[in-house]
Amino acid sequence: MSRGERSMVPEPEFSSYYGRPILKEPTWKTPDVPLYLFAGGLAGASAVLAEGAALTGRPGLERVARLAASGGATAGTVFLVHDLGRPERFLNMLRVFKPTSPLSVGSFVLAPFSSLSALAAVSVVTGRLRGPGRLAGLGAAALGPPLATYTAALVANTAIPAWHEAHRELPFAFGGSGAAAAGGLGMLLAPAAETGPATRMALLGGALELAATQRIDGLGLVAEPYREGPPGRLMRTARSLTLAGAALTVAGAKWRPLRRLAGAAYLAGSLTMRFGVFEAGLASARDPKYVVVPQRERMERRAKMGV
Amino acid sequence: MDLQNADCVLIEGSNMAEAHPVGFQWVVEAKRRGATVIHVDPRFTRTSALADVHVPIRAGSDIAWLGGLINHVLQNDLDFREYVVAYTNAANLIDDEFKDTEDLDGLFSGFDPETGHYDPISWHYEPPEEMSEDDREVEREVERDQHAHEGSGDSHKESHQMARSESHGSGGAPVLWKGRRDETLQDPHCVFQILKRHFARYTPEMVREVCGVEPGKVAEVAEMMARNSGRERTTALCYAVGWTQHSTGAQMIRAAAILQTLLGNIGRPGGGILALRGHASIQGSTDIPTLFNILPGYLPMPQAASHQDLDAWVEADEGKAGFWGNVRSYAVSLMKSYWGDAATADNDFCFDYLPRITGDHSTYNTVKAMIEGRCKGYFLVGENPAVGSSNGKMQRLGMAALDWMVVRDLQMIESATFWKDGPEIETGELVTEEVGTEIFFLPAASHVEKAGTFTQTQRMLQWRDKAVEPPGDARSELWFYVELGNRIRQKLAGSSDEMDRPLLDLAWDYPYTEDGEPSGEQVLREINGVDADGKALSSYTELKADGSTACGCWIYSGVFADETNQARRRRPHWEQDQVAAEWGWVWPANRRILYNRASAAPDGTPWSERKKYVWWDAEANDGKGRWTGADVPDFVPDRPPDYVPEPGAKGPDAIGGQDPFIMQTDGKAWLFAPVGVADGPMPTHYEPAESPLHNPLYGQQNNPARRKVDHIENAINPSWSEVFPYVFTTYRLTEHHTAGGMSRTLPYLSELQPEPFCEVSPRLAAERGLEHGGWATIVTNRAAIEARVIVTRRLRSLRLGDRMVEQVGLPYHWGGNGITTGDSANDLVNLTLDPNVYIQDKVGTCDIRPGRRPRGRALLAFVEEYRRRSGVDMAHPEDGGADG
Amino acid sequence: MSLFSEGRLWGRLDDVQHDAGYDEHPPRMGFFTDTSVCIGCKACEVACKEWNEIPENGYLLTGMSYDNTGALGASTWRHVAFVEKPLTGQETDLGMPGLGPPAGESQAAESGDAGIQWLMSSDVCKHCTHAACLDVCPTGALFRTEFGTVVVQPDVCNGCGYCVPACPYGVIDVRKEDGRAFKCTLCYDRLKEGQQPACAQACPTESIQFGEVSELRLRAANRLQELKDQGVDAAQLYGADPDDGVGGDGAFFLLLDEPEVYGLPPDPIVTTRDLGSIWKHVGGAAAAVAALGVASFLGRRR
Repeated sequence: MSRGERSMVPEPEFSSYYGRPILKEPTWKTPDVPLYLFAGGLAGASAVLAEGAALTGRPGLERVARLAASGGATAGTVFLVHDLGRPERFLNMLRVFKPTSPLSVGSFVLAPFSSLSALAAVSVVTGRLRGPGRLAGLGAAALGPPLATYTAALVANTAIPAWHEAHRELPFAFGGSGAAAAGGLGMLLAPAAETGPATRMALLGGALELAATQRIDGLGLVAEPYREGPPGRLMRTARSLTLAGAALTVAGAKWRPLRRLAGAAYLAGSLTMRFGVFEAGLASARDPKYVVVPQRERMERRAKMGV
Repeated sequence: MDLQNADCVLIEGSNMAEAHPVGFQWVVEAKRRGATVIHVDPRFTRTSALADVHVPIRAGSDIAWLGGLINHVLQNDLDFREYVVAYTNAANLIDDEFKDTEDLDGLFSGFDPETGHYDPISWHYEPPEEMSEDDREVEREVERDQHAHEGSGDSHKESHQMARSESHGSGGAPVLWKGRRDETLQDPHCVFQILKRHFARYTPEMVREVCGVEPGKVAEVAEMMARNSGRERTTALCYAVGWTQHSTGAQMIRAAAILQTLLGNIGRPGGGILALRGHASIQGSTDIPTLFNILPGYLPMPQAASHQDLDAWVEADEGKAGFWGNVRSYAVSLMKSYWGDAATADNDFCFDYLPRITGDHSTYNTVKAMIEGRCKGYFLVGENPAVGSSNGKMQRLGMAALDWMVVRDLQMIESATFWKDGPEIETGELVTEEVGTEIFFLPAASHVEKAGTFTQTQRMLQWRDKAVEPPGDARSELWFYVELGNRIRQKLAGSSDEMDRPLLDLAWDYPYTEDGEPSGEQVLREINGVDADGKALSSYTELKADGSTACGCWIYSGVFADETNQARRRRPHWEQDQVAAEWGWVWPANRRILYNRASAAPDGTPWSERKKYVWWDAEANDGKGRWTGADVPDFVPDRPPDYVPEPGAKGPDAIGGQDPFIMQTDGKAWLFAPVGVADGPMPTHYEPAESPLHNPLYGQQNNPARRKVDHIENAINPSWSEVFPYVFTTYRLTEHHTAGGMSRTLPYLSELQPEPFCEVSPRLAAERGLEHGGWATIVTNRAAIEARVIVTRRLRSLRLGDRMVEQVGLPYHWGGNGITTGDSANDLVNLTLDPNVYIQDKVGTCDIRPGRRPRGRALLAFVEEYRRRSGVDMAHPEDGGADG
Repeated sequence: MSLFSEGRLWGRLDDVQHDAGYDEHPPRMGFFTDTSVCIGCKACEVACKEWNEIPENGYLLTGMSYDNTGALGASTWRHVAFVEKPLTGQETDLGMPGLGPPAGESQAAESGDAGIQWLMSSDVCKHCTHAACLDVCPTGALFRTEFGTVVVQPDVCNGCGYCVPACPYGVIDVRKEDGRAFKCTLCYDRLKEGQQPACAQACPTESIQFGEVSELRLRAANRLQELKDQGVDAAQLYGADPDDGVGGDGAFFLLLDEPEVYGLPPDPIVTTRDLGSIWKHVGGAAAAVAALGVASFLGRRR
């Protein structure tokens, strides 16, 4: 029995313990964690955008993007620390480096990224320390794509069916989404003459995001939470917003306000997508069917193969 | 632990896994070794989950079911014939004046409707062929009595045993003589044939009509048990309060005894009947008793009318066959332990100091006396009658009428706070300011805060050391009673009043240990007994009647043998044989299985190699021979199997070589009880006092000898009433403990079963509109309570004949105090008592309705309405309207 | 051997302590819980809470048979499950006690044999050979002891909660009032003193058996055979197979029905098994973002 809406297809037959969840829902708080996912993507892609802007002499865009990178990293860190059960012990994240733990890896990406992007941002805003600032910016740009995509490993490296089974697609969805957000922010805030690359990044990122989430929808029963109920609505809204972003970009070819709106739409779409993915995961943890049915099917397949 | 040797275990009137989880490990072990486990219970419980067969049964109908099994065994010759002929009274002939229930539509001969008592004289054995002069004298006396009081009162019946439990101790009522026997078991007057006729009515169809058990089940279970009995195999039977708490309880157990005896399982390893006692040391509390009618070691309390001196007191039992015949030694030694040097031969060893009883002083009558103002004070020590005793309202009204009450407990139990927050405060029946009882609450030490023994269900004494000091003012019982005694004696010191001598002459000098406690070990030693030189005795056979020995409880004699606390022994069972005699100490004499002479054939050889336990070793003892084996033989150690006692022999000398049942005066197991049982020589099915049906067997609806408690707060639901169509029964949950003082006050246990609930079948739920997880109100003519509803298939709807009977299950642990609170199920239970032991029916009838109960005065009106509708005669509320 | 190859993160691993870095260590210890002799007494739940001083977890009558505990969690380290199963043919039963008369069941079917089975099982942390909780813990609070068990250090844990969704059995959780993650320690403190865990000590029927995992596996195989010989076809071992998705459990079970009836996943696989693939795809996505970033700046200047 699924919570919320009934599907049109007859319910798969399975046993459970009074319909209770088998897995534990993540204790990660909302909005903290979805916001963190969003901020990380925005920051990471912005660092790349900023570096490109710096290399191609677009100071306005660079400034926006540098601030986005640093601000996003800071905000993300705040959300991350706030989400901890014992926030005062956040530094324990850096006790060990464990490649088997995306959260560990991510901490060791986020930490240097935060410092580097901060230095780069300060340098751009104050005009001082240009040398170190440029180097820092380069470093941040190198760490940017990992920052924007490792969060997919974070959620996918769990037992949560909707996340784990989408582990191939989520990195691209998150990466694309980060790019769309970074580009969107650039479209919104950078001087009109310099928004070109931002527009293209947003378009490309948005397309990647859409393609990846489309693939997720086709993953069968475990992807049902992405299609149904409140998470389904969030995902569809995200998709619409991102598409709106693209449409508004074309429509606003001659009119800046529309292109600004497009940027906002990309940002909103990226944010909404993170919430959608998060909620879909929680929903797939709550209903034992998402654990039992696919696992039973897997066992049958193995049996047929004589394994 | 012997249960592990069983090839088949029948658990009935018990939810063993639930209530004795630790003991149940031995059933699990038996199962591991291939035993079949059968569980007969109104519900499918945690015990049933591990049983091979579960038989759902209507609560209170066990005699019919057991009767069905007995009938099947008898009709199909499945009994262990050799055993039955040699070791039981199957061959004995019964007086031809005897009339069975078959002849009198549910009554036995000898019933006096006015008193509600049976005179067992017509149940006696036919005299032996060769009668001694003594025997003839007795016979003449009997004849005289028989004719003298036809139709008159009861007081003259003292000359032959009154069928009342307080007339003799639990050592076994004496028969007049060993009687004539037909060992072919063919004579129509022999017990075997009487048994056959009596149980012929208990056909599988009858069992279906009475119990709701499918006809095929009787044969199935009887065959299982019979297959696992005999020389090579044994079946064990376990029971608990599902049998004892009935107005026919003693007879239920009798039925089981008959079945097990017919199958030859008594006294054998993996056989026997295990009474699963209610909690940790309740066996001890009947051994060293807190019961009104017995003294330590089951000596009878002297009766005011008939026991003017020591001789009169021991006369009935003295010299009778068996070890019970030495009763004078036990009694004298007991009094010596009480009064020490003050007890001498000249003053009958202070016999006059012993209290006397004048009739039934059992707890429910005492509660009635409290309500009526005749009983002024009450000590409640580790007991919570407001929740744990039946008819909760009467308990509380009784306490409200007292002058004073002392409550010693670990927690503030409902019996201590009834005056401010009990149910009667809510209804207005009691007003706090008007309750005149002065209540003293004294905190008690828990079982880890004091040292002493527990005596558990296996008769095993296990010593516990003290682990921690009790907190604050909490004290142990030992400290309390010694101190109480000290202070009372202090107050009475110097008195010249004869009334005070029993207290002042007490041997009350108990040494103290360094933690300020009286020494429990010294008390145990006193219980064990000492000889004239003050040395610890090793056995009750050393007790003397001349005052040279003192012993606090003859059956415990030996627990401190060799000046060692035998109860403290803890040699793990994997370092010992199957009997594990070095763990704890079992009374009597560390003998683990009673009547174990029966584990050998009449010639003294084991019945089989597989079931070897105790046997006759002719070579031992320099060729004189001795009984030997894994356990302490329950027999005269050097008495050969072929020994025939001299005519007129007394005491242990009267035990023949083939008389394993040494506590019976004829040495045989009694399939037919000529004396000693108040409501019949054989069990007969009667309906519980409250029942939805007419007794399908006889016109006699209820136990004719049952004891009623006449009080308006004990209005019985009329039987077969439409107003109370359902059967209810109370029971335990593993997670809680009795009245809840020790469990509902603890978070870890309260969270396991956090709310009171009732269990109903899906059909009953549909019939009454009860929702799973919702609320229900359960009503009897005494009270209405509320509980959450659990709808479960574990409660079966029973088909009795052509009607369905539904049962409502109620755990009884809840009361108003603690973390988890609720109404008390015992408020529903009526007081109708078994005539042998004065224990009440825990089964009754009720109605159940969805929703919570009314509160305050409305609750009283609600119950009142039920009384009106059910037509209770409030002038005779104790009558269920069924019959006399 | 690469970190991501079989045996390190998933698959058969015979010496789990050695793999964790212990050169010398005692034998691997664990539980074999034989649910066929469980009487549902919950002594294990109480003993565990008493020994480990775990807070009570709420007073709620769940209506789930006699299970008012619900599930394992941060404040429940032993959980006894109860399933009342009618003995019918087809099982699409959710194991719920009857809610009103079962549809279509004839009332004439009453009386007679109860026709019901009551499954009882004491659930516990599985102390997996490949423990996802341990793998994902970023602070190192979760570690492998010398006994092969998995333990959380409460003085290190910062409550990031990553272990919670990582566990394929849904065992570990964060205690709300406290903020840290907690789970069964297999009574690490008692093991160090040579004692058995509190639950095993308390269990009256030896449903919970504590010992060396290798020896327990043999015992379990024998017990399974015993039950099969008695005709108990539904009996199965759960978590005993070192080749299963988590490399076998240090605490494994004998069940009398399918795992999901008890609330257990039928085919748990440690998430870390796919970590190689996960990082690969992350790498690819990162490269895509970088490439996409570069592409954004190519072409005509705008």
